[in-house]
Amino acid sequence: MIATPVVSVRDLRVYYGTVRGTVRAVDRVSLDIGTSEVLGLVGESGCGKSTLGRGILGLLPESAASDGEVQYGGKNLLTMSAKELRHYRGPELGLIFQEPMTRLNPLMRIEDHFRETLEQHEPRLSGREIRKRSLETLGRMGIPPTRFRQYPHEFSGGMRQRIMIALALVLRPKLLIADEPTTSLDVIVEAQILSILADLRENFGTALLLITHNLGIVAEACDRVAVMYAGEIVEEGAARDVFAEPAHPYTQALLRSTISLETTDLHSIPGAPPDLIAPPPACRFRPRCPEAMSVCEEKHPVEERIDHRRVLCWLHGPHDQIPEGGAEKLGREEISVADEA
Amino acid sequence: MRTRPDVGVDDDVLVSVRGLRTHYSIRGSFGQRLVGREAGNVKAVDDVSFDLRKGEVLGLVGESGSGKTTLGRTILGLVRATDGSVRFDGEEITTMSERELRTLRRQMQIVFQDPHASLNPAMTIADSVGHPLRIHKVVSGRELERRVAETLETVGLAPAEQFLGKYPSDLSGGQKQRAVIARAIILNPVLLVADEPVSMLDMSVRAKILALMLDLRRELDLTYLYITHDLATAKFFCDRIAILYLGRIVEIGPSASIYEDPKHPYTQALLRAIPEPDPRRSVPRDLPRGEVPDAASPPLGCSFHPRCPRAFEVCGWETRDLRDLLESRWSHQEEEEYARERALIENLDSLDIPRVDVRLRAASRRGADVLELLEAAREEDPDEPFWRGVRSTRAVDDQAEISWHEPVEPRALDVGPVRVECHLYDEDALAEAERRRVETAGSEKAGV
Amino acid sequence: MTRTMLWLGVGITLAFVFIAIFAPWLAPYDFDAFQANGERFRQLEAPSRDHLFGTNVQSTDVLSRIIWGTRTELKVVLVSLFFSITVGVPLGLLSGYFGGKLDRVLVLLMDVLLVIPFLMLAIVIAFLLADKVGQGIFTAAIAITVVYIPLYFRVVRNHTISIKEEPFVEAARALGAKPFTIIRKYVFFNVVQNVPPLATLNAADAILTLAALGFLGYGIQPTDGAEWGYDVNRAVSDAASGIWWTGLFPGLAIVLLVLGLTLFGESVNETMNPVLRKRPKVDVDFGAQPDAERR
Repeated sequence: MIATPVVSVRDLRVYYGTVRGTVRAVDRVSLDIGTSEVLGLVGESGCGKSTLGRGILGLLPESAASDGEVQYGGKNLLTMSAKELRHYRGPELGLIFQEPMTRLNPLMRIEDHFRETLEQHEPRLSGREIRKRSLETLGRMGIPPTRFRQYPHEFSGGMRQRIMIALALVLRPKLLIADEPTTSLDVIVEAQILSILADLRENFGTALLLITHNLGIVAEACDRVAVMYAGEIVEEGAARDVFAEPAHPYTQALLRSTISLETTDLHSIPGAPPDLIAPPPACRFRPRCPEAMSVCEEKHPVEERIDHRRVLCWLHGPHDQIPEGGAEKLGREEISVADEA
Repeated sequence: MRTRPDVGVDDDVLVSVRGLRTHYSIRGSFGQRLVGREAGNVKAVDDVSFDLRKGEVLGLVGESGSGKTTLGRTILGLVRATDGSVRFDGEEITTMSERELRTLRRQMQIVFQDPHASLNPAMTIADSVGHPLRIHKVVSGRELERRVAETLETVGLAPAEQFLGKYPSDLSGGQKQRAVIARAIILNPVLLVADEPVSMLDMSVRAKILALMLDLRRELDLTYLYITHDLATAKFFCDRIAILYLGRIVEIGPSASIYEDPKHPYTQALLRAIPEPDPRRSVPRDLPRGEVPDAASPPLGCSFHPRCPRAFEVCGWETRDLRDLLESRWSHQEEEEYARERALIENLDSLDIPRVDVRLRAASRRGADVLELLEAAREEDPDEPFWRGVRSTRAVDDQAEISWHEPVEPRALDVGPVRVECHLYDEDALAEAERRRVETAGSEKAGV
Repeated sequence: MTRTMLWLGVGITLAFVFIAIFAPWLAPYDFDAFQANGERFRQLEAPSRDHLFGTNVQSTDVLSRIIWGTRTELKVVLVSLFFSITVGVPLGLLSGYFGGKLDRVLVLLMDVLLVIPFLMLAIVIAFLLADKVGQGIFTAAIAITVVYIPLYFRVVRNHTISIKEEPFVEAARALGAKPFTIIRKYVFFNVVQNVPPLATLNAADAILTLAALGFLGYGIQPTDGAEWGYDVNRAVSDAASGIWWTGLFPGLAIVLLVLGLTLFGESVNETMNPVLRKRPKVDVDFGAQPDAERR
């Protein structure tokens, strides 16, 4: 898809084993993240986007099993040993979470956090260099050097998130995965953090995978966007194009139901996302799709490439694989509130 | 719905708030507690006044620390007011006993933010939704069951039989919120306070719940107080909006005015910062710096002045602003330069105590050195509003004396259809600022 | 904790309960019988066909005393458990919900009780009550009750304080519910789940306390019933003479019952506490593809 991607995910599957059955949290996802680009991964709760982010970094819980390829620097991260993977996490691949307070050690000063990270991954740095790099990275995040020796609880939520980002970036990783980094922050602070993230490529040359449910921040900060539904990527392309002319019915419905300052009408998507243990056969969006055709119930959609976009929807093809009469429209299923989200 | 005249007749007014204050005292460090001293006071709600008219939807919009949640709860009597008055349908709430309030609760209800935590996990939906009827002994037995089923259907949980015996853990987020709404309306209240009712729900579900709330407003003739940080849903839902910052209403007026012509710089910033799913937009850059300050020790004068791009002489400049300025400058410097400059000032911590004047001691024993540092900072960014607040600077032996103009408390003024609390619209404040500017320019020229 | 240990705990506990209930039919003789069929029992007779566990210095059958003793142990423990819970839990609820002076006084009182070494506390109470009420099952039960009230109080109080802050409790207040209604319907059920694990572990501990009391002579009167701790005390002097059966069997009974209750208690704790519950590792099969044709 991209000439020289930083990370190349191919047919990734992440399944969880539970007593009720196997949860297919990520079901054959392929994705490329280019050097220094900002890719937005957007979807509602339960679509598998967080799992995908962690799957790439190998940070899955014990009950999860993964399959497929995650190519980075010529190696498959999924087949690496835990020890090898640890070398990559940090200096090559960074991760920032939603709740920064829970990830910073309340008993350690900020200075100590940085020293620990740098000593572990770049042991050749001298104390002076460590301090210099730390202060510089923190400074870019707007954290003044006078606060270097303070404890995490002395900072506000937004500042803690900046510290988290600085901590991830001080190692100059090639890829940063941000999982809902601004969800718990106020609107103005969120915009401040987003401008930091959007500038990563200029200031640090780092690629960013921004995982979120907020379409607004994806539109503003991302070059490309991938829309996820029920464990699959249903549409992917340049942010500009996808938002201007969404191809997949889910993307269209999602955009319509987003309430922004321009909203004049309320729209919602009837029904609820499917149970990932037994998702609908063939197309997973079919029960809620206003444009469903009979082929959508019989065959799982095949990915189609249109210009620089990928869509997983029979409406867009490949038309030669749709059987006779498969293009007949189906009425949308009656969905009662009992099945609604 | 009826249009809002700006001057309301008294009959019209459902809730009348005047000079409301809700203060919390905070526990200090262990040492302080031992000695019995309290660390300070958080003015969660600081002198708020407004009217809520029958049938309207008033939005209380603010970020964290704005006091919107505390304000909502104080109005309902769930939190004791420290001062001021809240009149509900003519009756004064702030002085009522818990028992008197309980009877009033039939008329005013609240829908909370977190649908997953608002329902008792040990009670079925039928029990939870029917509980208000039992508490207030309105109906019982068969009639109660009927009312519960009817209310469930009203909120869209139909057929009701399917939901009656379920526990909250069996329901989805949207369904839970519907049940919470059902519980809130079953007594036919007059006022419904909705505290972030949709912020924890997915996008595709939010619209459903908002649509439900709009329908209920029409059907049940409800008055809403809609508390949120999300200006986008507020625009859709509210007739009037009040913008809160650190416990005060900085701007209040009809929805249309707020969105089309925001007056207060904070309102303007909020509107600019909202992410829009429009790819032609990119991340806004001209945002106020910093974050909402600590409510326990708010900035002097206007609370927003440290972040305001249009602040000027009267807005309340002080020591902490100088500290922010220096820290911001040092964040961009090379380590050596920072170290050198930092070493110049011996008592930097004196800038943490809020005052309008300060004496900085120079490590070099030459006060002028500190002033030179300030000059360098000023040269780097002469348009920085901070400098307009500086009244005078002078070196006295080993110290640099800096003083700022006295803060002027912002007043709430009517500007067209809205009421704003901002010096930019205050003729007197503007005149005073001009006078001060002349004074400072004059003394500068005289070389004082 | 593996499944086998859990089931072992349940099994042992149930066995003892069975023995206690069916004691009259299981025990060959009465707990204080020193003769049968007109024949006096021999003193300190080694285990034999007539006396499977032998006899002790008072010519009573050891096995019978063990069986009857089970009744005593379980009776006392159940009574004391009942009182501990019915006093400790409500106090904890009230203290946690209302706070203020009541809370401070109660917490202080309970802390004092916790600080005093439990055995000493039990002895003092048994001693005091002995004068008024006489030594007996009731006295022993009360002594043990007092020792354990603070435990229930503390656990319930702490949980109440955190539940009190939950949105659904605030919602109940907003609905206009009275405080007692809130405690009853909203707080109680969410807090009471802490009690069963505490109770079973408490029971195990109480057995030991009772045995200790008995050993020291402050337990129940020998005429009221058999008690293992008392028997162990009597057996101490026998040991020097090489007589092992009078001490071993009562001692084993104590250990076994406590073990059973402890294992049972841990299993209850695990069931009720989701954090401790280990997720069963279910294998994931990537091959199974129930979907219609995939690419």
